Amino acid sequence: VSPRPALREAAAIAGIGQTEFSRNAGRSELRLACESITAALADAGLEPADVDGLVSYTIDPVEETELTRAVGFEEIAFSARVPYGGGGSIGVLLHAASAIASGAAEVVVAWRAIRARSGSRFGAARTAPSATSAHSGTTAMQWCTPYGVLTPASWMAFNCTRYMHQYGVKSEDFGRAVVQLREYAAHNPNAWGYRKPITLQDHQDSRWIAEPCIHLLDCCQETDGSVAVVITSRERARDLRQPPVSIGAAAGAALFEQEIATDHYRPDLSVMDGSVALARRLFDGFGYRREDVDVALIYDAFSPILLMQLEALGFCGLGEAKEFIADGNLALTGSLPCNTHGGLIGEGYIHGLNLVSEATRQLRGTAVNQVPGAQVALVSASRTGAILTRV
Amino acid sequence: VSAQTPARPAPILTEDNALFWDAAAQGRLVAQKCARCGALRHPPRPMCPHCRSLELEVCELSGRGTLYSYALLHHPQHPAFEYPVLAALVDLDEGIRVVSNLTDVAPDQIRIGMRLEVHFAPTAGGGAAPVFRPLGSGS
Repeated sequence: VSPRPALREAAAIAGIGQTEFSRNAGRSELRLACESITAALADAGLEPADVDGLVSYTIDPVEETELTRAVGFEEIAFSARVPYGGGGSIGVLLHAASAIASGAAEVVVAWRAIRARSGSRFGAARTAPSATSAHSGTTAMQWCTPYGVLTPASWMAFNCTRYMHQYGVKSEDFGRAVVQLREYAAHNPNAWGYRKPITLQDHQDSRWIAEPCIHLLDCCQETDGSVAVVITSRERARDLRQPPVSIGAAAGAALFEQEIATDHYRPDLSVMDGSVALARRLFDGFGYRREDVDVALIYDAFSPILLMQLEALGFCGLGEAKEFIADGNLALTGSLPCNTHGGLIGEGYIHGLNLVSEATRQLRGTAVNQVPGAQVALVSASRTGAILTRV
Repeated sequence: VSAQTPARPAPILTEDNALFWDAAAQGRLVAQKCARCGALRHPPRPMCPHCRSLELEVCELSGRGTLYSYALLHHPQHPAFEYPVLAALVDLDEGIRVVSNLTDVAPDQIRIGMRLEVHFAPTAGGGAAPVFRPLGSGS
């Protein structure tokens, strides 16, 4: 992997915004996106007329033309979408930084708007692809539907069971991660899990979703809401309202035979090898060291993939995440404070973009569970990711 | 599956995957085989990812394999299935992997690495899905 000096620290996050996170937003995804985007622009001290780039996920239901005429953007020069569902979520930073580094755009808005609780729930039994999106897990669905394998939890359970088998991991090992996430969430007023910490026994007593790997409390919280991020050049960000957060590195790694949300046909499902490749690009490709990371934000749709990413990203050895977590390394006092807002499990599932907003708060020094003096944040959605730094 | 349980959902058919499901409806387990380099591939796709040939043959498989991974699915529940659903990833002896179900085995007897053989379960729409049971457990 060659270094990518053109992208390294070319762009910066200048603004973040979000709606409330709830179980029933009671308004459209388009409206939610309008609210989070204008909040993010206000945070940055920019106007809609400053925006010339739009980036989201292929699965997001909000359409660029509707958004442009609602918010009042004047001239969009660059627009792009990232595939792979939530695994692609951090790819919005790669798209935005690439557009800015190349000169294709100057101020890019990335958004995700979702009614994952009151609308189409990922945890519901679906036997037909979405009518509105070809990017809703169809590659897995066409092989899984006749077998009752109908949800992301059931698609990923195969990987999780194999991981447990390979390394002797127990459900309690996943539970210890969840207890930590819920401890963080208990202090986060925006979190679904605010003031609702759990014990390991609560985790073990929650009902099975997919045995032997996923209890109910291993699952992220399907949530309604929107998050938006404003990205511009590092130079321009310096003159704006907030302390800029530099995009030090941004990369993706989608491998042969991976599907949207699944990779059943990869040779070894006990390793998230897309994340191994992602880490090689982020760390080796951009010249960062794992030991420089002060806080990690890791996509936790289900707790087992948090452990598997910790290993694949190289923060511990293969099969060692259970001890890494039991030793307290994910806590504020540990070597790698992780998902300090509570993660997608504790805060809510805005499909990964709320990992970016929390990383930004950590590097600004404004997080509710603040890592003192945090300078470098790693954000991973398994096959897309970024390293963010305090300027 | 009891008489009251509706048939499992019909597969989602595409121009590129129909050969697998058409064969399954006839009680045959098949994979695509590249007519040029001989590589087997699953899921089906129009081009050989190894030699880029568009020429393919349909390869009949032995129907025997090994359990690579599994899960007992409890939630959500769909009326076409009995719960927990015994979901399986099966490594076929020919070197390809398929998503399927286990039958004729108690959940606490499922072991990664157990030997399996194919049989067929009806789907809605008059088709069939390949499913697997412990090798030698069939009548």
